[in-house]
Amino acid sequence: MFPAIRRLQSWAERRLPALTRYKRPESLPIALHRRRIYIVPTGFGAGFTVLLLVMMVGSLNYTNNAALLLTCLLGAASVSSMLVAFRSLNGLHLTAIRQGNAIAGEPLAVQLVFSGGDHPHASVHADMDAQTDAFAVPADGETLVTLNLATSRRGWQHLPRIKLWSNWPLGLFHAWSWIHPDQAVLVWPQPETAGPPPVLPGEQGLRQRLRQGEDIAALRDYRAGDPQRHIAWKSSARHETLLVKDFEQPESREEWRLDWRHLPQLAPEARISRLARWLGEAEAAGRTTSLWLPDEEIGPGHGRSHYARCMNALARLP
Amino acid sequence: MRFSLFKRKPPEPLGGRAFDLLCLTVAVVLGVHAPHMPAWLSAALAATLILRWWQRRRYGGRAPLALKLPLVALLSAAVIFHYGTLFGREPGAALAVGLLVLKLLETESPRDARVGAAFACFALMTALLFDQGMVATVLVALGLLPALATLRALEPAPAATSLPRELLPALKLLAISLPLALLAFVLVPRLSSPLWGAPNAAQSKTGLSEDMSPGDFSELLTDDRAAMRVDFQGAPPPTALRYFRAYVMWDYDGRRWSHSNEPGDPAGVEHGPVINYTVSLEASGQRVLPALDMPLEAPAQAQLTRDREVMALRPVNDTLVYTMRSSPGYHLATQLDGADRRRGLQLPAGFNPRAIALAERWRAQYGRDDAAIVQAALRLFHDGGFSYTLAPAPLGRDAVDDFLFSTHEGFCEHYASAFTVLMRAAGIPARVVTGYQGGYWNTMGSYLLVRQSDAHAWSEVWLPGRGWVRTDPTAAVRPERVSLGAAATAAGAGTLANWSPNQWWLGLRNQWDIVNHWWNQGVIGFDSLRQHGLLTPFGMQDTDAGTLGLLLAIGGSLFATLGLAWAVWKRPSSDPARAAMQLLERRLAAAGVARRHSEGPQHYFSRAARALPTQRAELDRLMRTYLELRYAYEEPPAALLKNFRQAARHFRPRRMVK
Repeated sequence: MFPAIRRLQSWAERRLPALTRYKRPESLPIALHRRRIYIVPTGFGAGFTVLLLVMMVGSLNYTNNAALLLTCLLGAASVSSMLVAFRSLNGLHLTAIRQGNAIAGEPLAVQLVFSGGDHPHASVHADMDAQTDAFAVPADGETLVTLNLATSRRGWQHLPRIKLWSNWPLGLFHAWSWIHPDQAVLVWPQPETAGPPPVLPGEQGLRQRLRQGEDIAALRDYRAGDPQRHIAWKSSARHETLLVKDFEQPESREEWRLDWRHLPQLAPEARISRLARWLGEAEAAGRTTSLWLPDEEIGPGHGRSHYARCMNALARLP
Repeated sequence: MRFSLFKRKPPEPLGGRAFDLLCLTVAVVLGVHAPHMPAWLSAALAATLILRWWQRRRYGGRAPLALKLPLVALLSAAVIFHYGTLFGREPGAALAVGLLVLKLLETESPRDARVGAAFACFALMTALLFDQGMVATVLVALGLLPALATLRALEPAPAATSLPRELLPALKLLAISLPLALLAFVLVPRLSSPLWGAPNAAQSKTGLSEDMSPGDFSELLTDDRAAMRVDFQGAPPPTALRYFRAYVMWDYDGRRWSHSNEPGDPAGVEHGPVINYTVSLEASGQRVLPALDMPLEAPAQAQLTRDREVMALRPVNDTLVYTMRSSPGYHLATQLDGADRRRGLQLPAGFNPRAIALAERWRAQYGRDDAAIVQAALRLFHDGGFSYTLAPAPLGRDAVDDFLFSTHEGFCEHYASAFTVLMRAAGIPARVVTGYQGGYWNTMGSYLLVRQSDAHAWSEVWLPGRGWVRTDPTAAVRPERVSLGAAATAAGAGTLANWSPNQWWLGLRNQWDIVNHWWNQGVIGFDSLRQHGLLTPFGMQDTDAGTLGLLLAIGGSLFATLGLAWAVWKRPSSDPARAAMQLLERRLAAAGVARRHSEGPQHYFSRAARALPTQRAELDRLMRTYLELRYAYEEPPAALLKNFRQAARHFRPRRMVK
């Protein structure tokens, strides 16, 4: 963008608070109303006005009242379409924002939840950064709009200003409103591309954790808390104590205990990248991990939600 | 961060729905222009349209440039070939429609489609240059529907399921815009003179012509299109006096009577009571303005000729409304000079010897009594076995002799012609006058509808002391021609066997014609003169352009207010307790206690009570009622709801005096 335009813009934001005041972050829900909806003719609208003028001068010159009536009708319809354009934004509510997950550098899906209020909104566009998405919101209903936010670094990222606009119904007028939700989304750290596997303490590497499996491994003595249906009644009858079918099996792969403090030789961001890579590899292999951070410990676990919890914790690191 | 009001959008492909609607729009344009375009051009354009629609549906993509340019050249060549030029009303319209169809060939983006739809609106308007009747205007206005629907379809929105659903929103938009359109129509200042030359319509309109030979009218007398509509101020003249004069014809060559423009001041007239009336004349392509006998003065943009015909300065190519004064009781040109007497007696030599002999016999019989000779001629028509028919036998070289002595049948032209020849042969100055006679009196609209079939020809004879006296020999033969009109006369003569259904149809059309009349009066005839008199009922004699602009601005603001009220109007909450609570919230917000988004009622009320300590008890009561109403019952009792609503209505926050 040209510097002159940027200077003009900053001047406008300083001197014309009415036009820019809603560009300050504001909390949800955000309702569009008449004080924050702006409307100008589109290029096509300007051309159409010229056409209407030509039609009017022509019909006046030829004293052709039927043609003048038609021109007036078309002109009045254009003016009415301005009100319809305004109404297609007026009363629209942004009620909630949900975020997806993405590592830094990848687009992050941001879901905007719009509700329609008392009348339907047939055609609204939402622009965020360079992308645009068109949607319709029914009266008393909700619509989810998914936009992708470009990300560059991990951590909390504020949502940019979003432009809601509509050329509905005839494309003659452009109505728009800027919204700036006071909402931040969390961006996961980017894993390093290559590096060593985690160095695991010896005893941990040998320790075989048992986990629940489907095959009966052995029978063992009953311990308080064992489920009743695991009791091997027939075998127990031949013994003095209750025997329990033990489904636990040695784990095929060992747990990874990923500790921030075990990587003292790296810079903080590099540590985070490495931990993120290990977490990703463990998640891909279905491996159980636990994450130890300076202020937070996340116990052993596996699966998508565990991975997300760990990555969120990494992303939030100062 | 990006900031720009106008966002650059990547070119997106044009949806099939929008393209179909655009094709429909162009088809409608083609349809409304078809009546005045050569059939082969219409057919070729329609074929192009269908081919393009099919091609895009089947294969997609635009037509190659190598095809487009030759087609444009071919179109121009075709228009020049047919009309001889590219300029003017017909060739211009044909070219516009053709270019619109060819525009479809390259329409592949929303921008193209927008341009096409806008141009289609313009092309629709040009159709009204040819016919601004009510039916045509309504058809053209309906043609706007697919154009507006095309523009709608270009905006991303849930697709409509059927064509009527596509068109209905456009119809609604036009319907709600109609009041504003009418306001603008009434108040847009009209031009008192055109900015550039109006198009000259070289159309051949049927109607009266500047000359007449017996038999000419037979086509006209079966043409039941409206010729003009007349509103009288006060009572209309009796049927027998409804003679509207158009052309006065002096010159006769044995077969044909013709009109000639002799320069000179209008002949003097002594007149009795005056009738004021307004004529709305359909386009005739001629300068003559038919006027009730005897016109006293010409309207604006027209003048009286020597024989008191009213001639407009320009041919009437559009419906024209003019106001006139006439007097049915008059004496025209009580003094006749020698030149006029010679013209009024001129007969071609060697024609109609038997008629001349008869007239000379009458002269010998009645001596100098001209009136008696006139009566003798009328008696001849009445008692001589003459009949009125629209399909008379053809006449030979001595047309009047053949008519008077052998065929004995004909209609007004034959009688007027023969009578005038007889009078001239008898030495009485006489001339033929053509125009309209009779008409249908529409009681509901209180106006006289004159059709082309009411065309009539009669004679004027000059009698000493009385001037030119209108004499209608047709009335002698068939008085109902004058009292009932041409159609009734023809029916009486039995020339059309199955007349009764037609009669019924004509009756229906006579009734329906009131709508056309209103249209002509209210829309087409609303010119700069009428506009200037717009405020006469409110005491303003002359409304000038400035006042009109002011009124337009006031009216426009009024409509803008109404429209804005509609646009910002919110549907009131259907939950009465919620509505009452909202009222409370508004009042408290005005007192400085606005409810936060995340705030529950209990917290809000207690915060309000802290801010307004004097009303703590009242607010506390309100809170308890509201909570009970909301949370205590499945279905709250009506009395409680009423109680809360009343309390909410009566609650006024009192500001603290600090």
